[in-house]
Amino acid sequence: MEPVPCDLTISRRDLLKVGAAASVATAAASTGAMAQSPAPAGPVPTMKVSFDVNGQVRTLDVDTRTTLLDALRENLQLTGTKKGCDHGQCGACTVIVDGRRINSCLTLAVMHEGAKVTTIEGLGAPGRLHPLQAAFVKHDGYQCGYCTPGQICSAVGVLDEVKRGVPSHVSTDLTARPLLSADELRERMSGNICRCGAYSNIVDAITEVAGSRT
Amino acid sequence: MKPFTYERARTPADAAASVARNPNAKFIAGGTNLLDLMKLQIEAPAHLVDVNGLALDKIEPTTDGGLRIGALVRNTDLAADDRVRRDYGVLSRALLAGASGQLRNKATTAGNLLQRTRCAYFYDTDQPCNKRQPGSGCGALQGISRQHAVVGSSSACIATHPSDMAIAMRVLDANVETVKPDGHTRVIPIADFHRLPGDTPQIETALERDELITAVTLPRPAGGTQVYRKVRDRASYAFALISVAAIVQRDGSGKVAVGGVAHKPWRVEAADAALPQGAKAAAARLLAGAQPTPHNAFKLPLVERTLGAVLIQAKA
Repeated sequence: MEPVPCDLTISRRDLLKVGAAASVATAAASTGAMAQSPAPAGPVPTMKVSFDVNGQVRTLDVDTRTTLLDALRENLQLTGTKKGCDHGQCGACTVIVDGRRINSCLTLAVMHEGAKVTTIEGLGAPGRLHPLQAAFVKHDGYQCGYCTPGQICSAVGVLDEVKRGVPSHVSTDLTARPLLSADELRERMSGNICRCGAYSNIVDAITEVAGSRT
Repeated sequence: MKPFTYERARTPADAAASVARNPNAKFIAGGTNLLDLMKLQIEAPAHLVDVNGLALDKIEPTTDGGLRIGALVRNTDLAADDRVRRDYGVLSRALLAGASGQLRNKATTAGNLLQRTRCAYFYDTDQPCNKRQPGSGCGALQGISRQHAVVGSSSACIATHPSDMAIAMRVLDANVETVKPDGHTRVIPIADFHRLPGDTPQIETALERDELITAVTLPRPAGGTQVYRKVRDRASYAFALISVAAIVQRDGSGKVAVGGVAHKPWRVEAADAALPQGAKAAAARLLAGAQPTPHNAFKLPLVERTLGAVLIQAKA
C-alpha cells in the first residue's frame, strides 16, 4: 500500500478513503475479481426523487437500489447518519422521516418523494445544539460515538411517541398515559445498540431532557 | 441487491395488475423485511410496485361492530389506536412485543403477516434450504434447531413464522381482505391464511402471486382478559422462543394461540375447549403430535408453563 502523505490538513475521512481505495485496488489486482463479475444485463435503472432534508429540498437521480441511508451519506454527503449493520438491527442509521424515527437502511430513497427528512445535522450544530445533543455531551452518553447520531434521533422520536401517548411493551396499563421511567426509556430505545455500553449515561441524558419538558 | 425497476401504484387493483404483468415483481410497503432479504439476495425482484401511496392506512369500524384495519396501517399506529388498546388488548400487546420502535413505525399490518421466517439456514445462502431454494434440502433438520418448530413441521422444513402480531390476529379470529388485478375481492380467514410447510415450504400463504392484501378485519370485541406473553432470549427486540396469546373469560373459557412453535400461528380447537381444565390439559392438546428436535424440546414444557402464567395473570 502507498504510504499516506503526511499532510496535517488531511481529515480522518480522507484518510479512510485513501485506505479503502488502496485496498480495493490490491484486491482487484490479486484476485482478478473485476474480470469475474458478470456483465450487467443493461443500464441500471435510475429514478429522480425529491425530498426535504433538514429544511432544504434536494433532488437526486439515484439507482433505484439506493437506500435512504446511502442517499444521505453518499449522494448528499450528510455523513452524520451512520451505517452500522445495514439490516435494521443496530439503529445507527436512525433518522426522522415525516416526524417518525425509522431505520434509514431499510427503506429506499425513491420511496420518499416529497418526504421531510431530519438527520442529526438538522437537529442542531456546534453552538446551537439540540437539547438532547447537549445532554448526551453533559452525561457522557457515548464512548466511541458511532451509534450516537442514531441514539439521539431515536431519542427525539421516543419523546414524541411518549407525548403522543404511544404505549410500550413495559407500560403496565395499556390505556393510561405512558410514564417516562428508566424502564420505559430502555424498552423504547432497544432498537439502538451501543457496543461500548454507554446505556446508563444515555438513559440519564434522555431522562434529563424528558424531565425538563414535562 | 440485484437491479430492479420501480413504480408507485395508483389503486390496489392497478398494483395487483402490475405485479401480474411482471413475472418477477413484488409489492413493497414498509419494506423492513423485503429490503433486508434483497440485500442478501434471498429475494431478487426485477420490479417493485410501491403500494405506500394507496389510501389503505385507516382503522374504521365495521357494520358488525368490529374494526377494519387498512393494510398500510403501521404497527405503531395499530398498537396505539384507542379502540385496539381498549377492546383488542392482546393485539396491542403482541405488536409492542415485536421488533423495535423504528421498525414498528415503518412496518405495516399486511407486511407483518407476510414476514418470512428468521431461520438461520434460510438466511445463509451457503446452506441448503427448501424454502429459499426448493429441493435443496433443509439445513436445520440436522443443524442447530433451538429456534425451530415443534409442531406442524415436515421433513422439508422446520422453520417458524416470526410474527407476534399474527398470533394475536389468530386468537382474535381476524379475516384478511384481498383484491386481484380484475378488481375481484375475497376474504381469507386468518386460520387459512398461513400454510404448513408440507413438501412446499416456499409457499407460505393462501395468497396468489398477484393478490394484494387491502385490509385485516377484526370481529366484535371478544371481551374477557386479553394477554400476550412472549418468552425470548433478551428482554426486548428479539424474536420469540415461544409466545402465548390468550383471551380468557370470567368462567375460565377462552381461546389460545401460540407463536414460535410452528410454520403458522398455532391454534387447536380442542385446546380452547380444555382451557377451563388448566394449562396442562390445554398445552397437551396444543402440542399433541409434537416432533421436537433435541435442541428445541424445551419448548414443550415452556409452552405449558407460559400458558400457566398467562392463566394466572388472566384470573388476577
